[in-house]
This record gives sequence, C-alpha cells and structure tokens, in this order.
Amino acid sequence: MSLLKKFAMGVSASAMIASGAAAEISDGKVKIGVLTDLSSTYSDLAGNGAVVAAEMAIEDFGGSVAGAPIELVSADHQNKADIAANKARQWGDSEQVDAFAELVTTSVALAVFEIAKQQNKIALVSGAASSPLTGSACIPSGIHWTYNTRALAVGTGAAVVKEGGDTWYFLTADYAFGESLEKDVTAVVEAEGGQVLGSIKHPFPASDFSSFVLQAQASGAKVVGLANAGADTVNAIKAANEFGLVAAGQSIAALLTFITDIHALGLETAQGIMLTTGFYWDLNDETRAWSARFNERTGRMPTMVQAGVYSSITHYLKAIEAAGTDDTDAVVAKMREMPVEDFFAHGGVVRTDGRMVHEMYLARVKSPADSTGPWDYYDIVRTIPGEEAYGPLSESDCPTK
Amino acid sequence: MNRYIGYLLVLALLLVAPFLVYPVFLMKLLCFALFACAFNLILGYGGLLSFGHAAFFGGAAFITGHAIKVWGLPTELGLLVGAGSAAVLGLAIGLLAIRRQGIYFAMITLALAQMAYFLFVSADFTGGENGLQGVPRGTALGIFDLQDNINMYYFVLAVFLIGYAIIARTVNSPFGQVLSAIRDNEPRATSLGYDVDRHKLLAFVLSAGLAGLAGATKTVVFQLASLTDVHWHMSGEVVLMTLLGGLGTLAGPAVGAAVIVTLQNYLASGALSAWVPVVLGTIFVICVLAFRRGVVGELRVLLRKTF
Repeated sequence: MSLLKKFAMGVSASAMIASGAAAEISDGKVKIGVLTDLSSTYSDLAGNGAVVAAEMAIEDFGGSVAGAPIELVSADHQNKADIAANKARQWGDSEQVDAFAELVTTSVALAVFEIAKQQNKIALVSGAASSPLTGSACIPSGIHWTYNTRALAVGTGAAVVKEGGDTWYFLTADYAFGESLEKDVTAVVEAEGGQVLGSIKHPFPASDFSSFVLQAQASGAKVVGLANAGADTVNAIKAANEFGLVAAGQSIAALLTFITDIHALGLETAQGIMLTTGFYWDLNDETRAWSARFNERTGRMPTMVQAGVYSSITHYLKAIEAAGTDDTDAVVAKMREMPVEDFFAHGGVVRTDGRMVHEMYLARVKSPADSTGPWDYYDIVRTIPGEEAYGPLSESDCPTK
Repeated sequence: MNRYIGYLLVLALLLVAPFLVYPVFLMKLLCFALFACAFNLILGYGGLLSFGHAAFFGGAAFITGHAIKVWGLPTELGLLVGAGSAAVLGLAIGLLAIRRQGIYFAMITLALAQMAYFLFVSADFTGGENGLQGVPRGTALGIFDLQDNINMYYFVLAVFLIGYAIIARTVNSPFGQVLSAIRDNEPRATSLGYDVDRHKLLAFVLSAGLAGLAGATKTVVFQLASLTDVHWHMSGEVVLMTLLGGLGTLAGPAVGAAVIVTLQNYLASGALSAWVPVVLGTIFVICVLAFRRGVVGELRVLLRKTF
C-alpha cells in the first residue's frame, strides 16, 4: 500500500511539475463540498438555494482559481450527524474535496468539524447557529460565517426586553442549537433585568406543537421565546395562533427567523415579529443586484444562510488566489488576514477563533398594508455593530484562538 | 466441496475489496451484514419476529462509544463491553418477550425498544439529538493503527468473520437443530422434553449480543454513535435486509444488507436522492410478491433444480 501511495504521489508530483501553473494546488483542482439539508426541516432556509449560491460564487469567480479549475459537489445530510460525517469523510478521503461548506444544523456542523480536524480540511459554516462552534467546540480550520446564537440573543433578546417583555418562557429544540440559543438569550434577558420562568424542550424535528404551546400559555410569561428554527418555528407560530396565545396577551419572540419562514407564514400572521438577521436582500443596491440574480435562478429571495454561503466561498477562493496554494493552513491564514468585502459584508473580519465578525440587523416584520409585494417583509430597525453582536475575542472560550 | 470453494472465493474477494472500493463503505456494509445475520438467528432459525433489535444495535453503539471515549478503554475491550451490555439488555427484554409469540412478541419487543430509545434520548452520556461524537478508533492489539482505513477494514472484517462463524456454528449445532424444531412445531418440541423457553431465550440473547457487536463496530468505524442507530426505523430496516436476502439462510441476510446499504449509499448522491425510501419500498414489494425466499433462497432453489 505504502509503495502504491508513493508511486501515486510520484505520478501526481510529476504531473504538477508538468502543469506548472497549478503547482501549488493539490490534485490540480479546488473542490468544494456543499453539505446541506435538501429534503427536511431546513431545506427552505438552506437547501437547494445554498447549492445555487455556491454555483454562483464559483461562476462569478470565473470557474478557476490560481490556474486550477474549481469543482462543486453537494449532498443531502438529512440533518443527521452520522450521514453528514460519512459523506464528509468520503469526500475528504477519496474525492479530493478541499473544503466543506454550508453545514446547517449544529449537530451536523460538530460532526463535520471532527472530520475537518482529522483530515485538515476547511469547514465554512453558514447555516448552523450555535455559538460554541467558535467557542468550546472550535477547530483551527473551521470558520463560522453568517450569524450565531449570541448575535441573535443580543439583537432580538435585548430589543424585546427593552419593550417591556421581561418574563420569558422558552420552547426549545432538543439539540445543541436549541440549548445554545436558550442559554445565550437567557444571559441577555437576565443582564437586561428580565426573568426566565422556565422552558420546555421539543423533539427535533417536531410537527405537533399543541402540548408545548399549552405549557407556554400556562407559564404566564409575557414572552414565549422560540429557540428553534425553520419548519419548527413556522409550526410553533401556527400552533400558537390556533390556541390564541397572542390574542390572550402573550407575545412570541421567534429568536431565529428566516425570510423564507415569514414567506411561509404570510404577513398577516407574522407581522410585528422582531428578528435578527445577518442579511436582507433589500439593504442597498449591491444586495438587491445579487438577490435579483439569485431570484432568477430559484424563484425566491435568498436567506442570510444562502447569501452567507456565497460570501464564504468567495472569500475562500480569494484567499487561495492570494496565497497561490490551497494548503489549508496557508489559506486559513490568508482568510484571517484579508478583510471580507462583498455585498454580504463590508470590513468583515475572520478572527482566530473562526468567527467572521460583521454587522447584524435588527428587523421588524411589516404589516400587510406596509408591504409593497412578495418578499418586501422587513423594516430594518437597527444596525448592530459586529463587536456588539459577537462579543470581543477575549470572551471566546475557544482553546486555539 | 463446492460450498468450500464458494466460501474461499468470497473470502478472497473480501480480502482484496478495500483496494477496489472505498473501504469505509465496505466497513459499513460488513457492520450491517453482521447485524442482519444476528437478527436472522432469531427470526430465521427461531421463528420469532423481533421488532426491537435497534435497541441492541444502537445501545451497544452508545456504550462502546462512551467506554472508548470517556473511560479510555482499548478498542477491543470497548467492543466487548458494548456487545456484553447488549446481551444483558437482550436477557432483560428476552425474559419478558419470549413468553408470547407472533404479533405479541413483536409488539413487546417494539415497546421495550422504544423505552430504551427514550432512555438514550434523555441520558446525558449519549448527547441526545447531537449523538456521541469524536470516538477515537485506537489501535488493534496495541500494534495496528486503526486510523488507517485499510487496517480498520481488516479489523472489521475479522470481527465480522468471528460473528459469522459463531452464528454458523450455532445454527449447525444440536442447539440450532432444536431451535429449528421449535420454530416448526413448538408443542412437539415440548412433548419431546426440550425446555422451549430456555432455548428461545438463549437464542435471543445470542442474537442481541451479536447485534450489539455490529453496532459497537459501527461506532468505532464512524467514530460516532447517533440516535439513528436506536430508532425503530433501524429495527424495520434489518427486517427488510433479512427478508430481501433470504430468511433462514446463512448468507442471505448479509447479501440483503449489502443490497440495501449499497442502494442507500449510491442513490443518496444521485438524482433519486429524495426517493430512496420509495425505491426500497418498491423493491420490498417486488420481493414479497415475486421471490419470497429472498435473493439467496431463490438462488439455492434454482441451483438445486438445475443440478
């Protein structure tokens, strides 16, 4: 075997010398693997749109980097950590994939981090939210791009408490992301002088929220915080509506809401929801131009996750171009050195704990009367500076920061 | 004589396979093949349809993962701890379940397995929905580094062959004969003086332990254990593998497992990715309607007719 390997390395080495231009690119190509949820709870907010965003990033880059072609592969992880780990391992072992992208669902991101660490590959997380990904669970080559639970807590949590919502009850998705979000929001609520009365965990994914909503109603809290995402959030809000939770005087804080969720709920139901987002298509000319192209291909506007996939892959490719190699350590160093400049973020910084720090936005969902048409859903209430949203590096408990 | 040539051919194929096919895929295949063979011991030879084998498979997966990762046990010992605890769980479930037959047996095993599932969801050491991740592969016998996929493959192959040998030996022993007799006519076996319950229980425990060994090995290969392994879907999948391959044939379940795992693996990344359950369901329907003896069962009949 080792002899075979040596022989193979010899062959590929001579091939590299022959090709010259792509001398520093392993296997003569840069291959990106998008692992996402194509069929389940999070397929709307990430899913096929994330794959399209990755395709756009590669096309806009010209299809090649540092003289080597860029290839894209994608797979459905069904929100299951074991499927994701198997796929990532196979990509890394036998299909020369250099970077894993998207990775929605925290348990998936954690599993792929484990593989990326072993194989020394880059992981560009966009969809997963848990702040421990750049904290206790961080890896040197893992970069968390779009948002995290701390930023959501700082944005939405603080805003809701300031408006008088000082007693909370949580409906929490029973896995790492839900726990992390609940923990981060609890910290913010308590720091602002609010109080958490209790929480209930629901299985992930769930479709029947009636018993959980009843518990929340019985708690007497002013605010019911939804520490879940995607179809779970939509189902919980629908159930809450059916039980007249809002009509009875409680309010809902959907802590992680995507524009696709608002689209699914309709403005009639969703109006007035406060949310924190890393991206909105209607911010400025740049975002509108990119989103229009995205809309042409998919028939919908991008979520922050999908825009983040484009941005993270573009920055990764820029770093390869600048470094002249796809060697993981060199590329990560370049990614940290170069500021993130595109329609998604201006002056974004990749920190040593893997956090990409950029501005976040606090938004309020428009009423049907204010909205001019489909996808015109948000009023941006406030721009949250990156440092405030993500906290200083000194706060991160990442051991390799 | 022909039989030995067949076995040698398959063994040779298994030995060279990792150089031709992606080894991790082959390891997954072997783990499920062992799981299905263990399941076949109780269904095919004992005539008892257990619908709770995921509890043994997944339970051992979690316990082995915990033993290796947190207690720091060597890999081989971790596997034995996992298989052993699955056998103990099998004893507990078996003691209750073998008092009934047919649909009642299936429902009792399902109910108890669901309890085990709930236990694993809420227990801290399993990580709940996140699963147990980052289990080190360790070394085999303290010499071979299992991080290397080829070494790992031969280790898994050895585990599979040991498990398969135990099953083959059991089936062809007087104990196995009595078990088949019980399956075919229980009152007659009782009247001949055999302690029917003890035979069934022993077969059940053996099957649980070997299913546990398969789950434990899977944890070491993938370095993680997740709730998928204890979910009742897994119990259903192993029934499918066994029936598809050939109920009550030694090699059948292994073939069935190979077919199912290969389909799942290759369909998952193709155009049919959202249709995997439909494809598997269709195959199952065809199997039940057209070739009830399963792939290996039909082949055996065909061979007998022709020669």
